[in-house]
Amino acid sequence: MILDGKCPSGPLAEKWDRQRQDLKLVNPANKRKFKIIVVGTGLAGASAAASLGELGYMVEAFCYQDSPRRGHSIAAQGGINAAKNYPNDGDSIFRLFYDTIKGGDFRSREANVYRLATLSNNIIDQAVAQGVPFARDYAGYLENRSFGGAQVSRTFFARGQTGQQLLLGAYSALSRQIGAGTVQIHPRTEMLDLVVVDGAARGIIVRDLVTGKIFSSAADAVCLCTGGYANVFYLSTNAMGSNVTAAYRAYKKGAFFANPCYTQIHPTCIPVSGEHQSKLTLMSESLRNDGRVWVPAQKGDKRPPHDIPENERDYFLERKYPSFGNLAPRDIASRSAKEVCDEGRGVGPGSRGVYLDFADSIQRLGQNAIQQRYGNLFEMYEKITAENAYEQPMRIYPAPHYTMGGLWVDYNLESTVSGLFVLGEANFSDHGANRLGASALMQGLADGYFIIPATISDYLARREPGKVTADHPAFKDSIAEIEKMTNKFLSINGKKSVTEFHHELGRIMWDNVGMSRSQDGLGTALQKIPALRAEFWENVRVTGTGKTLNQELEKAGRVADFLEFGELMAHDALHRNESCGGHFREEYQTPDGEALRDDERFNYVAAWEFTGSDNKPEMHKEPLTFENVELSVRSYK
Amino acid sequence: MNLTLYVWRQQSSELQGRMEKYYAQGISPDMSFLEMLDMVNEDLIKNNAEPIAFDHDCREGICGTCSQVINGVPHGPEERTTVCQLHMRHFHDGDTVYIEPWRAKAFPVIKDLIVDRSALDSIIQAGGFISVHTGGVSDANSFLIPRSDAETAMDAAECIGCGACIAACPNGSAMLFTAAKVTHLAMLPQGRPEAKRRVCMMTEEMLTKGFGNCTNHYECQAACPKGIKVSFIAKLNREFIKAAQLIKEE
Repeated sequence: MILDGKCPSGPLAEKWDRQRQDLKLVNPANKRKFKIIVVGTGLAGASAAASLGELGYMVEAFCYQDSPRRGHSIAAQGGINAAKNYPNDGDSIFRLFYDTIKGGDFRSREANVYRLATLSNNIIDQAVAQGVPFARDYAGYLENRSFGGAQVSRTFFARGQTGQQLLLGAYSALSRQIGAGTVQIHPRTEMLDLVVVDGAARGIIVRDLVTGKIFSSAADAVCLCTGGYANVFYLSTNAMGSNVTAAYRAYKKGAFFANPCYTQIHPTCIPVSGEHQSKLTLMSESLRNDGRVWVPAQKGDKRPPHDIPENERDYFLERKYPSFGNLAPRDIASRSAKEVCDEGRGVGPGSRGVYLDFADSIQRLGQNAIQQRYGNLFEMYEKITAENAYEQPMRIYPAPHYTMGGLWVDYNLESTVSGLFVLGEANFSDHGANRLGASALMQGLADGYFIIPATISDYLARREPGKVTADHPAFKDSIAEIEKMTNKFLSINGKKSVTEFHHELGRIMWDNVGMSRSQDGLGTALQKIPALRAEFWENVRVTGTGKTLNQELEKAGRVADFLEFGELMAHDALHRNESCGGHFREEYQTPDGEALRDDERFNYVAAWEFTGSDNKPEMHKEPLTFENVELSVRSYK
Repeated sequence: MNLTLYVWRQQSSELQGRMEKYYAQGISPDMSFLEMLDMVNEDLIKNNAEPIAFDHDCREGICGTCSQVINGVPHGPEERTTVCQLHMRHFHDGDTVYIEPWRAKAFPVIKDLIVDRSALDSIIQAGGFISVHTGGVSDANSFLIPRSDAETAMDAAECIGCGACIAACPNGSAMLFTAAKVTHLAMLPQGRPEAKRRVCMMTEEMLTKGFGNCTNHYECQAACPKGIKVSFIAKLNREFIKAAQLIKEE
């Protein structure tokens, strides 16, 4: 099947306005008759639920956390991009659009990215109106900083906690609607199935994580805002609870999964310290504004950093990419770090690390200035490593961080299941094969505040409200299936814990479907994953019962889905015989080790259709057309 | 290192709980406190016992989910550190460690170390926001905010809503939590028209939900992992008195 993104026609800059003219509206008096489910309350979910509630729809929002204020968007540190051009350094909507398309290695939709760049300005206005305390200069104006992959300063920030402040802004808007009664919130609940009736999404099945009760909720439309799948690697910078379950179960019900192999490995994370490690911690990319990345020039040089003279250091990013230097995009910076460690020049325990050195900046600007900019990050680094980064360089290493792939959506954010909309990191649409820094917050909020309120009305306006209720047999069947699955988990009573399986899967994924991939490695993954999955269903031990709060049971469901999803990722990575952005295939590189794209054969979105848990999924294509930018070799030299 | 743990176990809010003894063996100083508990839990699972339930999510000190009283101190012995960021290098071989849930009237125990903190959300829902519709707002630089005010607003806005302040307070008061939100918004020109209503609604909700009052123990500030200052409570009181007076005059 050839998929159609349904992008509006006309000049790039006018597409979104034209689309809004064409979208149908729901009469204000009718809005309250329509019920919309929003799953997830990170930036995309909270902003969507708040904006839809405000418009007068009946909204039910679900999150697994104990409060909607805790979605993992909260952990985003560095900032949010917008094309405001406040510093007068040559920024524009087109430039933000172009940087994002180029950063994504020309694997995203032009129309979507342009819309995102346009809305970026509205987001900043909205956040300031909500009281988000962005950094300001002494005259009281908003401040900007630089970020990877761009040569202008367009990133707005609130110390090192921009995600937290934007999420608290969206959460406050959501709280206002909850107080007003337009949004009903269900914290500590987890979506376990999507209910589809006559081809349209009609509701979800949910487990109450406190009582264990499995219940259903029917609606006229469902919005999934459930984040990414980086925890398929076991160790990632995602929260412990972040999972692919909602998206994966929607995929099993007919929503296509697009580009699952596009995963972002973030260059600046704290290296692994041992087997006990449960998650990895990111150090904001903004640190690369003032920190210089280096390793010893000689293999196996074990001297402490201070004893290595300047001429025996290799500032490899500055050397390889003189014009972007330490601010090269994430995929490139990560791969370069892996390369130097593979050469035996890595530092720290296990030699899997590179230095991020602030000595020059401290000398130039003083420790105070550095402390003001990154104080909380240095503190966090010290808490975890017991090292003082003002006195010795930080050690960093790449870690899975964000996933560009996600459920396929058209320009209206609607998936291949009618009435199922997907927002934020859970969809695939805007970042192509690699996401630039400070763009995730922008996309989540653009989807939630501005796009979904406009596009969902068009869907609803064509339908009769409340046509399917939770009495429909499809809901009962689905509940029965979920209960059966729960009982299965609890009855296996094998020898290995859920975490052991997750850890093992993570190792397979990191070694074979991680930062660089090869045909052989992917073949290995495709053998090992099904075997591990089979063992899981024979030998997993889930303690406790289904009738109470049971964290092992929660994990079991998530890991069961990762065990299928990992295979989907490997299929996608194996089929894409090119390197682009976060997807690097060893067979496809230039003589100097850069990604080698193949625009002739792979200039499309690969959207996979579920055909059974043990069957190879079927691929469908959405061709990508570029009318406004020229496909070029991405160069940051 | 090897540790002896006494951990609060409670099946559900209706059933009575008790402290139970566990051994944590072969603990590396580089582990986080929660990774130590992960290890204890893996052992429990091996022995077919139910693991200890505890709340946690981001494990980088920002989501505010983790919530344990360690040796009588919310979030444990390190200053300005959440449980998830507390590392075992701050403990010694042979230590005995007591682990309990947040204890406050407004936070009923759900299971083991997990409590229900939805009362904090209720306080925000009562007025902890600026009533702005999506869209139709003015340009972000049309508000000029003195840098020092923006910095104070940010100091207050750093609250992660974990509830340690309440767990630390002998009165189970949520004054620091409420004060942080009121101060954050009171420092900004946006949302001034509803400032009076905001502070009145939020304080009323605070009392309705069973939180106690502030009697200046300052335990909240000492326990806060984000260093939120008690001076914000003075700001809250000031805002409240001003609002109450103005409402009376109106």
